[in-house]
Amino acid sequence: MNDEPVISQELESLLNVEFGPEVYEIEKGMVMRFAEAIDDPNPAWLEVTPPTFPAALVPTELLHRLFNAECPLKRVLNGASELEYFKPIRVGNVIAVTARLDRLRKMEGKEGTTLFMIMAATYTNQDGELVARGKNTYIRY
Amino acid sequence: MAETVYYEDIEEGSEVPALVKYPTTMQLVKYAGASGDYYQIHYDKDFAIANGLPGVIVHGWLALSFLGQMITDWLGGEGTLVKLDGSYRGMNLVHEEIFCYGRVKRKYIEDDRHYARVEIWAENPQGEKTVTGSVVVILPSRG
Repeated sequence: MNDEPVISQELESLLNVEFGPEVYEIEKGMVMRFAEAIDDPNPAWLEVTPPTFPAALVPTELLHRLFNAECPLKRVLNGASELEYFKPIRVGNVIAVTARLDRLRKMEGKEGTTLFMIMAATYTNQDGELVARGKNTYIRY
Repeated sequence: MAETVYYEDIEEGSEVPALVKYPTTMQLVKYAGASGDYYQIHYDKDFAIANGLPGVIVHGWLALSFLGQMITDWLGGEGTLVKLDGSYRGMNLVHEEIFCYGRVKRKYIEDDRHYARVEIWAENPQGEKTVTGSVVVILPSRG
């Protein structure tokens, strides 16, 4: 067995720290590729973005740290996703993403120890308007 | 495109037209590229199996995207999606059908807006729920 703590100092140090903003220019081709990848032929996606598009606006720095932080649990799965929309994200917008790790929760289950890592993200457009808020739960096991 | 759904057309229990998808490895690779999620469990079978999975599994976000498509197809051009959430409770394997379903849980008026809360879920061919979640939408009214 491994005595390494499931919640390492490195992981814990990420809690409640704001990462970003990382800025994405919403180009037509990027949205077309996303719509094609999700196999959704709706012509609306030539101008606005499909509901799950914020998944492509990745807060890379936080996620990179989260997935590479020391942890004896090496496997990762996506546990849950949540999005709230305030304005459409349109082709031509410039979207800034900020993210923070909200919570770390250790659980003992029949699969052994699992760690829930809950991240919150905020998406703002070029006019400073909040367009969407997201929450994602990642599971290490 | 489907006809516009009005607030008056739905009741608690109304069903959203179901959608069936069949993700291939190629689609998962495209999704990896489009989303930037290159975790190998979604296209590398050896890696997936070495990680204790039964095979290549579909990105949770991709399955949720299918549920999103079901909802935006249903809404047509008039309705607005306000919230979307999904919990990934089981696995969808590549080259297996994903069945997407939705059912109205509640309709209500708030600040003169006509809302519906719809439960959504995806099933694998064994009939297991792999994604469960909900959406909140604003619908146009005939009133």
